[in-house]
Amino acid sequence: MEQVSSPKESRNEQTNGLKMLRAMVSIGALCGLLIVLTFEGSEPRINTLRAEALKKAVFKVLPPTASIQGFGFNGDIFVKTDNESEVVLYAGYNDSNELSGLAIIAQSQGYADIIKILYGYDIENQKVVGFHVLESKETPGLGDKIEKDPEFLENFKSLDATINLTDKALINQVVTVKSGTKQNSWEIDGITGATISSRAIGDAINKSLQNMGAIIQVHKENFELNE
Amino acid sequence: MSNTTGHIETQSTNEFLKGLWKDNPVFVQVLGMCPVLAVSNTAMNALAMGAATAFVLLMSNILVSILRNVIPKEVRIASYILIIATFVTITDYAIQAISVELHKSLGAFISLIVVNCLILSRAEAFASKNSVLKSIQDALGMGLGFVFALFCLGAVREILGNGSIFGAAIFPDNFQPWIVMILPAGGFFTLALWLLIFNGLKMKKSKA
Repeated sequence: MEQVSSPKESRNEQTNGLKMLRAMVSIGALCGLLIVLTFEGSEPRINTLRAEALKKAVFKVLPPTASIQGFGFNGDIFVKTDNESEVVLYAGYNDSNELSGLAIIAQSQGYADIIKILYGYDIENQKVVGFHVLESKETPGLGDKIEKDPEFLENFKSLDATINLTDKALINQVVTVKSGTKQNSWEIDGITGATISSRAIGDAINKSLQNMGAIIQVHKENFELNE
Repeated sequence: MSNTTGHIETQSTNEFLKGLWKDNPVFVQVLGMCPVLAVSNTAMNALAMGAATAFVLLMSNILVSILRNVIPKEVRIASYILIIATFVTITDYAIQAISVELHKSLGAFISLIVVNCLILSRAEAFASKNSVLKSIQDALGMGLGFVFALFCLGAVREILGNGSIFGAAIFPDNFQPWIVMILPAGGFFTLALWLLIFNGLKMKKSKA
Protein backbone atom coordinates (compact mmCIF):
# COMPACT_ATOMS: atom_id res chain seq x y z
CA MET A 1 0.00 0.00 0.00
CA GLU A 2 2.45 2.63 -1.11
CA GLN A 3 1.24 6.12 -1.53
CA VAL A 4 2.94 8.91 -3.39
CA SER A 5 2.27 12.06 -1.46
CA SER A 6 1.71 15.11 -3.59
CA PRO A 7 0.02 18.24 -2.25
CA LYS A 8 -3.22 17.29 -3.96
CA GLU A 9 -3.29 13.86 -2.44
CA SER A 10 -2.46 15.02 1.04
CA ARG A 11 -5.74 16.93 1.01
CA ASN A 12 -7.44 13.70 -0.07
CA GLU A 13 -5.87 11.96 2.89
CA GLN A 14 -7.42 14.51 5.19
CA THR A 15 -10.93 13.62 4.14
CA ASN A 16 -9.90 9.99 4.16
CA GLY A 17 -8.76 10.35 7.75
CA LEU A 18 -12.20 11.49 8.80
CA LYS A 19 -13.75 8.71 6.79
CA MET A 20 -11.45 6.17 8.39
CA LEU A 21 -12.26 7.45 11.82
CA ARG A 22 -15.97 7.31 11.09
CA ALA A 23 -15.72 3.78 9.74
CA MET A 24 -13.69 2.51 12.69
CA VAL A 25 -15.87 4.22 15.28
CA SER A 26 -19.09 2.90 13.80
CA ILE A 27 -17.71 -0.63 13.45
CA GLY A 28 -16.46 -0.40 17.03
CA ALA A 29 -19.87 0.75 18.24
CA LEU A 30 -21.62 -2.01 16.31
CA CYS A 31 -19.25 -4.64 17.71
CA GLY A 32 -19.64 -3.29 21.23
CA LEU A 33 -23.40 -3.46 20.93
CA LEU A 34 -23.25 -7.06 19.69
CA ILE A 35 -21.02 -8.11 22.58
CA VAL A 36 -23.18 -6.38 25.19
CA LEU A 37 -26.31 -8.04 23.81
CA THR A 38 -24.71 -11.50 23.88
CA PHE A 39 -23.38 -10.92 27.38
CA GLU A 40 -26.77 -9.83 28.67
CA GLY A 41 -28.45 -12.76 26.97
CA SER A 42 -26.10 -15.48 28.14
CA GLU A 43 -25.23 -14.25 31.64
CA PRO A 44 -28.04 -15.91 33.64
CA ARG A 45 -27.42 -19.30 32.04
CA ILE A 46 -23.64 -19.04 32.48
CA ASN A 47 -24.15 -18.23 36.15
CA THR A 48 -26.39 -21.25 36.73
CA LEU A 49 -23.92 -23.53 34.96
CA ARG A 50 -21.02 -22.09 36.97
CA ALA A 51 -22.90 -22.62 40.22
CA GLU A 52 -23.58 -26.24 39.24
CA ALA A 53 -19.93 -26.82 38.36
CA LEU A 54 -18.91 -25.23 41.65
CA LYS A 55 -21.16 -27.58 43.63
CA LYS A 56 -19.73 -30.56 41.76
CA ALA A 57 -16.23 -29.37 42.60
CA VAL A 58 -17.16 -29.07 46.30
CA PHE A 59 -17.95 -32.79 46.42
CA LYS A 60 -14.69 -33.50 44.63
CA VAL A 61 -12.37 -31.75 47.07
CA LEU A 62 -14.04 -33.06 50.24
CA PRO A 63 -13.98 -36.55 51.75
CA PRO A 64 -17.24 -38.52 51.24
CA THR A 65 -19.97 -35.94 51.63
CA ALA A 66 -23.74 -36.22 51.42
CA SER A 67 -24.89 -32.62 51.57
CA ILE A 68 -23.39 -29.15 51.52
CA GLN A 69 -24.28 -25.71 52.84
CA GLY A 70 -22.89 -22.40 51.64
CA PHE A 71 -21.53 -19.85 54.09
CA GLY A 72 -20.87 -16.16 53.64
CA PHE A 73 -18.63 -13.93 55.74
CA ASN A 74 -20.07 -10.85 57.45
CA GLY A 75 -16.80 -9.41 58.71
CA ASP A 76 -16.75 -11.23 62.06
CA ILE A 77 -18.16 -14.70 61.64
CA PHE A 78 -19.41 -17.08 58.97
CA VAL A 79 -23.15 -17.14 58.39
CA LYS A 80 -25.30 -19.52 56.41
CA THR A 81 -26.38 -18.16 53.06
CA ASP A 82 -28.10 -19.52 49.99
CA ASN A 83 -27.15 -16.58 47.82
CA GLU A 84 -24.45 -17.99 45.51
CA SER A 85 -22.73 -14.65 45.03
CA GLU A 86 -22.09 -14.22 48.78
CA VAL A 87 -20.70 -17.70 49.38
CA VAL A 88 -17.03 -17.79 50.38
CA LEU A 89 -16.94 -21.39 51.55
CA TYR A 90 -19.06 -24.52 51.62
CA ALA A 91 -19.38 -26.87 54.57
CA GLY A 92 -19.82 -30.54 53.70
CA TYR A 93 -21.73 -33.06 55.84
CA ASN A 94 -21.62 -36.85 55.75
CA ASP A 95 -24.55 -39.28 55.95
CA SER A 96 -24.95 -38.83 59.70
CA ASN A 97 -24.94 -35.03 59.35
CA GLU A 98 -21.46 -34.61 60.79
CA LEU A 99 -19.14 -32.00 59.39
CA SER A 100 -16.82 -33.67 56.84
CA GLY A 101 -14.83 -30.56 55.95
CA LEU A 102 -14.88 -27.14 54.36
CA ALA A 103 -14.47 -26.31 50.69
CA ILE A 104 -13.02 -22.81 50.52
CA ILE A 105 -12.90 -20.53 47.49
CA ALA A 106 -9.58 -18.74 47.03
CA GLN A 107 -7.86 -16.83 44.28
CA SER A 108 -4.52 -15.43 43.29
CA GLN A 109 -2.86 -13.78 40.32
CA GLY A 110 -1.49 -16.39 37.93
CA TYR A 111 0.51 -15.92 34.77
CA ALA A 112 -2.33 -14.92 32.45
CA ASP A 113 -5.15 -13.92 34.73
CA ILE A 114 -6.50 -14.47 38.22
CA ILE A 115 -6.71 -18.18 39.03
CA LYS A 116 -9.77 -19.12 41.06
CA ILE A 117 -9.55 -22.35 43.03
CA LEU A 118 -11.50 -24.38 45.53
CA TYR A 119 -9.67 -26.35 48.21
CA GLY A 120 -10.88 -28.83 50.77
CA TYR A 121 -9.98 -28.11 54.40
CA ASP A 122 -10.12 -30.61 57.24
CA ILE A 123 -10.91 -28.57 60.38
CA GLU A 124 -9.97 -31.27 62.93
CA ASN A 125 -6.58 -32.14 61.48
CA GLN A 126 -5.97 -28.63 60.11
CA LYS A 127 -5.00 -29.92 56.71
CA VAL A 128 -5.74 -29.15 53.08
CA VAL A 129 -7.22 -32.35 51.70
CA GLY A 130 -8.10 -31.56 48.08
CA PHE A 131 -7.88 -28.94 45.40
CA HIS A 132 -9.68 -28.04 42.21
CA VAL A 133 -9.19 -25.21 39.70
CA LEU A 134 -12.42 -23.33 39.10
CA GLU A 135 -11.23 -20.73 36.63
CA SER A 136 -7.91 -20.27 34.92
CA LYS A 137 -6.62 -18.85 31.66
CA GLU A 138 -3.12 -20.27 32.08
CA THR A 139 -1.09 -21.21 29.03
CA PRO A 140 -2.21 -24.54 27.56
CA GLY A 141 0.54 -27.13 27.89
CA LEU A 142 2.47 -25.16 30.52
CA GLY A 143 0.49 -23.29 33.15
CA ASP A 144 -2.54 -25.52 32.89
CA LYS A 145 -0.47 -28.38 34.33
CA ILE A 146 -1.71 -27.18 37.73
CA GLU A 147 -4.99 -28.93 36.90
CA LYS A 148 -3.54 -32.11 35.45
CA ASP A 149 -0.07 -32.90 36.77
CA PRO A 150 -0.61 -35.90 39.09
CA GLU A 151 2.55 -35.24 41.11
CA PHE A 152 1.45 -31.67 41.72
CA LEU A 153 -2.05 -32.72 42.74
CA GLU A 154 -0.50 -35.22 45.16
CA ASN A 155 0.67 -32.21 47.22
CA PHE A 156 -2.89 -31.40 48.18
CA LYS A 157 -3.92 -34.78 49.57
CA SER A 158 -2.55 -33.88 52.99
CA LEU A 159 -1.03 -30.42 53.19
CA ASP A 160 -0.23 -29.17 56.65
CA ALA A 161 -1.95 -25.89 57.50
CA THR A 162 -1.96 -25.64 61.28
CA ILE A 163 -3.15 -22.39 62.79
CA ASN A 164 -1.49 -20.77 65.78
CA LEU A 165 -4.48 -19.41 67.66
CA THR A 166 -2.56 -16.79 69.67
CA ASP A 167 -1.16 -15.14 66.52
CA LYS A 168 -4.28 -15.97 64.51
CA ALA A 169 -1.98 -17.05 61.67
CA LEU A 170 -0.50 -20.16 60.13
CA ILE A 171 2.40 -21.67 62.11
CA ASN A 172 4.09 -22.49 58.83
CA GLN A 173 3.07 -20.53 55.77
CA VAL A 174 1.90 -22.66 52.89
CA VAL A 175 4.46 -22.09 50.19
CA THR A 176 5.29 -23.47 46.76
CA VAL A 177 8.92 -24.55 46.48
CA LYS A 178 11.05 -25.44 43.47
CA SER A 179 10.13 -28.75 41.88
CA GLY A 180 11.64 -31.70 43.73
CA THR A 181 12.72 -29.78 46.84
CA LYS A 182 9.68 -30.33 49.06
CA GLN A 183 10.82 -31.31 52.54
CA ASN A 184 8.09 -30.27 54.93
CA SER A 185 4.43 -31.15 54.96
CA TRP A 186 3.42 -27.50 54.50
CA GLU A 187 5.38 -27.10 51.29
CA ILE A 188 4.03 -27.61 47.79
CA ASP A 189 6.29 -29.12 45.18
CA GLY A 190 6.15 -26.73 42.21
CA ILE A 191 6.01 -27.66 38.54
CA THR A 192 8.91 -27.03 36.18
CA GLY A 193 7.56 -24.95 33.30
CA ALA A 194 4.63 -23.72 35.36
CA THR A 195 6.49 -21.89 38.10
CA ILE A 196 4.24 -18.85 38.30
CA SER A 197 1.02 -20.83 38.06
CA SER A 198 2.02 -23.35 40.73
CA ARG A 199 3.21 -20.55 43.00
CA ALA A 200 -0.12 -18.83 42.58
CA ILE A 201 -1.89 -21.89 44.00
CA GLY A 202 0.27 -21.93 47.12
CA ASP A 203 -0.21 -18.19 47.43
CA ALA A 204 -3.99 -18.46 47.12
CA ILE A 205 -4.27 -21.13 49.82
CA ASN A 206 -1.82 -19.30 52.09
CA LYS A 207 -3.58 -15.94 51.82
CA SER A 208 -6.99 -17.46 52.32
CA LEU A 209 -5.97 -19.43 55.44
CA GLN A 210 -4.06 -16.49 56.91
CA ASN A 211 -7.23 -14.47 56.60
CA MET A 212 -9.86 -16.97 57.60
CA GLY A 213 -8.08 -19.92 59.21
CA ALA A 214 -8.17 -18.57 62.75
CA ILE A 215 -11.80 -17.46 62.48
CA ILE A 216 -12.74 -20.89 61.17
CA GLN A 217 -10.97 -22.61 64.10
CA VAL A 218 -12.42 -20.28 66.76
CA HIS A 219 -15.97 -20.52 65.49
CA LYS A 220 -15.94 -24.20 64.48
CA GLU A 221 -19.35 -24.79 65.97
CA ASN A 222 -20.90 -22.38 63.47
CA PHE A 223 -20.55 -25.01 60.78
CA GLU A 224 -22.33 -27.79 62.70
CA LEU A 225 -25.79 -28.71 61.52
CA ASN A 226 -28.21 -28.01 64.33
CA GLU A 227 -31.68 -29.27 63.65
CA MET B 1 -0.86 -17.48 1.43
CA SER B 2 -3.85 -16.65 -0.74
CA ASN B 3 -3.36 -18.88 -3.72
CA THR B 4 -7.14 -19.19 -3.93
CA THR B 5 -7.94 -15.68 -5.03
CA GLY B 6 -6.65 -16.15 -8.55
CA HIS B 7 -9.44 -18.28 -9.93
CA ILE B 8 -12.95 -16.98 -9.68
CA GLU B 9 -15.42 -19.77 -10.11
CA THR B 10 -18.61 -19.23 -12.04
CA GLN B 11 -20.65 -22.01 -10.52
CA SER B 12 -21.75 -21.21 -7.01
CA THR B 13 -21.28 -24.75 -5.73
CA ASN B 14 -17.60 -24.48 -6.46
CA GLU B 15 -17.22 -21.74 -3.84
CA PHE B 16 -18.54 -24.20 -1.32
CA LEU B 17 -16.74 -27.32 -2.50
CA LYS B 18 -13.28 -25.81 -2.91
CA GLY B 19 -12.90 -25.31 0.83
CA LEU B 20 -13.90 -28.87 1.56
CA TRP B 21 -11.40 -30.54 -0.70
CA LYS B 22 -9.37 -28.73 -3.36
CA ASP B 23 -8.35 -25.78 -1.17
CA ASN B 24 -8.84 -27.39 2.21
CA PRO B 25 -7.64 -24.83 4.76
CA VAL B 26 -5.59 -27.33 6.74
CA PHE B 27 -4.44 -29.99 4.29
CA VAL B 28 -3.82 -27.72 1.30
CA GLN B 29 -3.42 -24.14 2.54
CA VAL B 30 -1.86 -25.25 5.84
CA LEU B 31 -3.48 -22.35 7.71
CA GLY B 32 -4.44 -22.05 11.38
CA MET B 33 -1.95 -24.63 12.57
CA CYS B 34 -1.99 -23.54 16.22
CA PRO B 35 -5.49 -24.83 17.06
CA VAL B 36 -5.10 -27.72 14.61
CA LEU B 37 -2.15 -29.11 16.52
CA ALA B 38 -3.15 -28.08 20.01
CA VAL B 39 -6.85 -28.86 20.38
CA SER B 40 -7.07 -31.99 18.24
CA ASN B 41 -6.18 -34.40 21.05
CA THR B 42 -9.72 -35.77 21.25
CA ALA B 43 -12.44 -36.02 18.63
CA MET B 44 -14.87 -34.00 20.76
CA ASN B 45 -12.42 -31.14 21.34
CA ALA B 46 -11.57 -31.11 17.65
CA LEU B 47 -15.23 -30.90 16.61
CA ALA B 48 -16.03 -28.18 19.13
CA MET B 49 -13.01 -26.10 18.17
CA GLY B 50 -13.75 -26.63 14.47
CA ALA B 51 -17.37 -25.60 14.93
CA ALA B 52 -16.40 -22.50 16.92
CA THR B 53 -13.91 -21.46 14.25
CA ALA B 54 -16.38 -22.16 11.45
CA PHE B 55 -19.02 -20.04 13.20
CA VAL B 56 -16.64 -17.11 13.63
CA LEU B 57 -15.53 -17.51 10.01
CA LEU B 58 -19.12 -17.50 8.74
CA MET B 59 -20.25 -14.50 10.78
CA SER B 60 -17.16 -12.39 10.07
CA ASN B 61 -17.29 -13.24 6.36
CA ILE B 62 -20.92 -12.08 6.25
CA LEU B 63 -20.23 -8.82 8.06
CA VAL B 64 -17.03 -8.08 6.14
CA SER B 65 -18.84 -8.71 2.88
CA ILE B 66 -21.76 -6.44 3.84
CA LEU B 67 -19.40 -3.67 4.88
CA ARG B 68 -16.89 -4.19 2.07
CA ASN B 69 -17.80 -0.95 0.27
CA VAL B 70 -17.95 1.11 3.47
CA ILE B 71 -14.60 0.19 5.01
CA PRO B 72 -11.79 2.43 3.72
CA LYS B 73 -8.98 0.24 2.48
CA GLU B 74 -6.38 1.87 4.76
CA VAL B 75 -8.09 0.59 7.89
CA ARG B 76 -9.51 -2.63 6.49
CA ILE B 77 -7.25 -5.03 8.42
CA ALA B 78 -7.98 -3.24 11.70
CA SER B 79 -11.69 -3.41 10.93
CA TYR B 80 -11.53 -7.11 10.12
CA ILE B 81 -9.71 -7.85 13.36
CA LEU B 82 -12.32 -5.87 15.27
CA ILE B 83 -15.14 -7.80 13.60
CA ILE B 84 -13.43 -11.16 14.14
CA ALA B 85 -12.66 -10.37 17.78
CA THR B 86 -16.31 -9.47 18.35
CA PHE B 87 -17.57 -12.80 17.07
CA VAL B 88 -14.90 -14.67 19.01
CA THR B 89 -16.11 -12.99 22.20
CA ILE B 90 -19.69 -13.91 21.32
CA THR B 91 -18.62 -17.51 20.66
CA ASP B 92 -16.80 -17.56 23.98
CA TYR B 93 -19.98 -16.60 25.84
CA ALA B 94 -22.02 -19.06 23.78
CA ILE B 95 -19.70 -21.96 24.61
CA GLN B 96 -19.79 -21.06 28.29
CA ALA B 97 -23.57 -21.04 28.10
CA ILE B 98 -23.54 -24.50 26.49
CA SER B 99 -21.11 -26.28 28.79
CA VAL B 100 -18.60 -25.17 31.41
CA GLU B 101 -16.64 -28.41 30.94
CA LEU B 102 -16.27 -27.84 27.21
CA HIS B 103 -15.21 -24.26 27.80
CA LYS B 104 -12.59 -25.47 30.23
CA SER B 105 -11.16 -28.11 27.91
CA LEU B 106 -10.87 -25.65 25.01
CA GLY B 107 -9.32 -23.19 27.41
CA ALA B 108 -7.40 -20.26 26.04
CA PHE B 109 -7.71 -21.52 22.47
CA ILE B 110 -11.13 -19.92 22.04
CA SER B 111 -9.68 -16.44 22.45
CA LEU B 112 -6.89 -17.41 20.09
CA ILE B 113 -9.40 -17.84 17.24
CA VAL B 114 -8.96 -14.07 16.81
CA VAL B 115 -5.51 -14.62 15.36
CA ASN B 116 -6.39 -17.70 13.31
CA CYS B 117 -4.97 -16.69 9.95
CA LEU B 118 -7.60 -18.77 8.15
CA ILE B 119 -10.32 -16.32 9.17
CA LEU B 120 -8.35 -13.19 8.39
CA SER B 121 -7.24 -14.62 5.07
CA ARG B 122 -10.83 -15.42 4.03
CA ALA B 123 -11.93 -11.91 5.02
CA GLU B 124 -9.09 -10.29 3.11
CA ALA B 125 -8.91 -12.62 0.12
CA PHE B 126 -12.56 -13.39 -0.42
CA ALA B 127 -15.26 -11.65 1.61
CA SER B 128 -13.91 -8.15 0.98
CA LYS B 129 -14.18 -8.71 -2.79
CA ASN B 130 -17.34 -10.78 -3.17
CA SER B 131 -21.08 -10.64 -2.58
CA VAL B 132 -22.65 -11.73 0.68
CA LEU B 133 -24.10 -14.91 -0.83
CA LYS B 134 -20.76 -16.00 -2.27
CA SER B 135 -19.01 -15.15 1.01
CA ILE B 136 -21.47 -17.34 2.92
CA GLN B 137 -20.76 -20.23 0.56
CA ASP B 138 -17.06 -19.68 0.86
CA ALA B 139 -17.21 -19.52 4.67
CA LEU B 140 -19.37 -22.64 4.91
CA GLY B 141 -17.02 -24.56 2.63
CA MET B 142 -13.85 -23.42 4.36
CA GLY B 143 -15.44 -23.84 7.80
CA LEU B 144 -16.59 -27.37 7.11
CA GLY B 145 -13.22 -28.13 5.54
CA PHE B 146 -11.58 -26.97 8.76
CA VAL B 147 -13.94 -29.03 10.92
CA PHE B 148 -13.32 -32.06 8.70
CA ALA B 149 -9.54 -31.66 8.93
CA LEU B 150 -9.60 -31.16 12.70
CA PHE B 151 -11.84 -34.18 13.09
CA CYS B 152 -9.48 -36.31 10.96
CA LEU B 153 -6.65 -35.41 13.33
CA GLY B 154 -8.67 -35.61 16.53
CA ALA B 155 -10.17 -39.00 15.73
CA VAL B 156 -6.82 -40.60 14.89
CA ARG B 157 -5.16 -39.12 17.97
CA GLU B 158 -7.94 -40.14 20.33
CA ILE B 159 -8.19 -43.69 18.94
CA LEU B 160 -4.45 -44.32 19.16
CA GLY B 161 -3.64 -42.20 22.17
CA ASN B 162 -6.59 -43.03 24.37
CA GLY B 163 -8.10 -46.15 22.79
CA SER B 164 -11.49 -44.45 22.50
CA ILE B 165 -13.63 -42.34 20.19
CA PHE B 166 -15.90 -39.61 21.62
CA GLY B 167 -14.94 -40.95 25.05
CA ALA B 168 -16.25 -44.48 24.36
CA ALA B 169 -13.59 -47.19 24.56
CA ILE B 170 -13.30 -49.19 21.35
CA PHE B 171 -10.36 -51.48 22.02
CA PRO B 172 -10.21 -54.46 24.39
CA ASP B 173 -8.77 -53.78 27.85
CA ASN B 174 -5.31 -55.04 27.02
CA PHE B 175 -4.79 -52.27 24.44
CA GLN B 176 -1.84 -50.12 25.41
CA PRO B 177 -2.58 -46.48 24.45
CA TRP B 178 0.13 -44.59 22.59
CA ILE B 179 0.42 -41.70 25.03
CA VAL B 180 2.60 -39.77 22.58
CA MET B 181 -0.39 -39.33 20.28
CA ILE B 182 -2.31 -37.11 22.69
CA LEU B 183 0.82 -35.15 23.55
CA PRO B 184 1.84 -32.23 21.28
CA ALA B 185 4.27 -34.40 19.32
CA GLY B 186 1.40 -36.67 18.29
CA GLY B 187 -0.26 -33.68 16.67
CA PHE B 188 2.69 -33.23 14.36
CA PHE B 189 2.86 -36.95 13.55
CA THR B 190 -0.83 -37.11 12.71
CA LEU B 191 -0.77 -33.91 10.67
CA ALA B 192 2.20 -35.20 8.67
CA LEU B 193 0.39 -38.47 8.08
CA TRP B 194 -2.73 -36.75 6.74
CA LEU B 195 -0.70 -34.36 4.59
CA LEU B 196 1.07 -37.38 3.14
CA ILE B 197 -2.23 -39.07 2.33
CA PHE B 198 -3.72 -35.90 0.83
CA ASN B 199 -0.72 -35.10 -1.31
CA GLY B 200 -0.48 -38.73 -2.41
CA LEU B 201 -4.09 -38.64 -3.55
CA LYS B 202 -3.54 -35.32 -5.32
CA MET B 203 -0.47 -36.54 -7.20
CA LYS B 204 -2.27 -39.65 -8.29
CA LYS B 205 -5.15 -37.53 -9.58
CA SER B 206 -2.95 -35.13 -11.51
CA LYS B 207 -1.08 -37.99 -13.15
CA ALA B 208 -4.25 -39.73 -14.26
